[in-house]
Amino acid sequence: MTWLKTAMIALALALVGGLALTANAGDKIKIGTEGAYPPFNLIDEKGELQGFDVDIAKALCEKMGAECEFVKQDWDGIIPALLAKKFDAIVASMSITDERKQAVGFTDRYYSNLIRFVGPKGKAIDTSETGLKGKSIGAQRATVAASYLEDKLGKVASIKLYDTQENANLDLVNGRLDVMFADGLVMYEWLKTDDGKKFEFYGGGMSLDDGVGIAVRKEDEALKAKLNEAIKAIRADGTYDKINAKYFPFSIY
Amino acid sequence: MNVEVMANSVPKLLDGLALTIELVALALAIGIVIAIPIALARVSGRAWLNGPAFAYVFFFRGTPLLVQIFLIYYGLSQFETIREGPLWPILREPYWCAIIAFTLNTAAYTAEIFRGGIEGVPHGEIEAARALGMSRVLVLRRIILPRAFRLALPAYGNEIIILLKASALASTITLLDLTGVARTIIARTYMPIELFAMAGAIYLVVTFAITRAIKALEHWLSPQTRPPRPA
Repeated sequence: MTWLKTAMIALALALVGGLALTANAGDKIKIGTEGAYPPFNLIDEKGELQGFDVDIAKALCEKMGAECEFVKQDWDGIIPALLAKKFDAIVASMSITDERKQAVGFTDRYYSNLIRFVGPKGKAIDTSETGLKGKSIGAQRATVAASYLEDKLGKVASIKLYDTQENANLDLVNGRLDVMFADGLVMYEWLKTDDGKKFEFYGGGMSLDDGVGIAVRKEDEALKAKLNEAIKAIRADGTYDKINAKYFPFSIY
Repeated sequence: MNVEVMANSVPKLLDGLALTIELVALALAIGIVIAIPIALARVSGRAWLNGPAFAYVFFFRGTPLLVQIFLIYYGLSQFETIREGPLWPILREPYWCAIIAFTLNTAAYTAEIFRGGIEGVPHGEIEAARALGMSRVLVLRRIILPRAFRLALPAYGNEIIILLKASALASTITLLDLTGVARTIIARTYMPIELFAMAGAIYLVVTFAITRAIKALEHWLSPQTRPPRPA
């Protein structure tokens, strides 16, 4: 099997080399976001990034006096892409968790969220472990919701993981999924859409994280400190509240 | 490189490989059954047979497999008539959606490969068989199809390998094939290099085995190139 090892090392080196070449050396701050997670980050009809995360990131950049550029990145590769220096910070509704803290550094939170079950109106599926036995439960891959489902319900229920929350929602609508487990605020927005009208929250919310923060590479302490200051500043001068009010009639901080 | 993560991932990746092989094998088997009549329709010289066969091949070769998978998995499920129809128990399963997409896709390519094989059969052999009094069907069964299969084999081996790699797209519709498992582990470990290198190495090993098997089959089906057995 030594040829296999050699081949694997060669392949890995090629990958590392390829990633390193794409890293950016300028002093612009590059911000990674997903663009498929309304209302927090999405691509509008004109092909531009919009949403709460994007507005917050723009406000933070203005406070820091920095030039920022957004990079769209699929969710399940967003932490690897940050580590590979494709961008410098993730502003994409990322939950602060111990698991992720092993890989990246987090700023203070810029909003708080609860993870909730959503299902068809009137079905009233019990969201306890016994109630969910044998059910098809959907979540987005590489989220706190997915980790929770895999760890707590992986043995009793069928867990389906999707590339984007939007694809997961499609399968909830067409009945492939019995219930969805996802961020309460995202689903709160979705329940207001035409597709979402026939669905409702089941049970209360679960706090599976320490809020939502901005992820940076662990060694980028300076950037993290600057971002933390900027978060405090937009909280203090009302910019944050203005952005919050644009999306939600209640405070999500 | 975290060797521990790589080693720990092997059992799960092999589970994923089992699904990958299942999807590819089933799609190839059904694909051949669909491809042969389409290839025959393509060489039939009759417009009413050739036309639809050409349209089928044109569509499935001309659109990306990912688009075909999404059309079948997310597209069809948008229609209430489908969701309430008799096919829904099959179409609601990502497994069958992947099988359908892979099968229809590989059948289109395989039909073209077989068409090339059929057209490559030397006319003299067909004439000789006809001269011996074989019927059209018998010529097809004894001469054209076996010869065409041998001629098409190297290109068909290529198609098997292409489908094996394309099957990674099954991971986009929640299936935990080899790539799907790798992506799920990456979601918890953030080690794409380690996991994709492992998954890549497994694909390589399987591809290698397929190449060798095709080579052996080619050898077996070409007795004329082998030295005669001692009497």
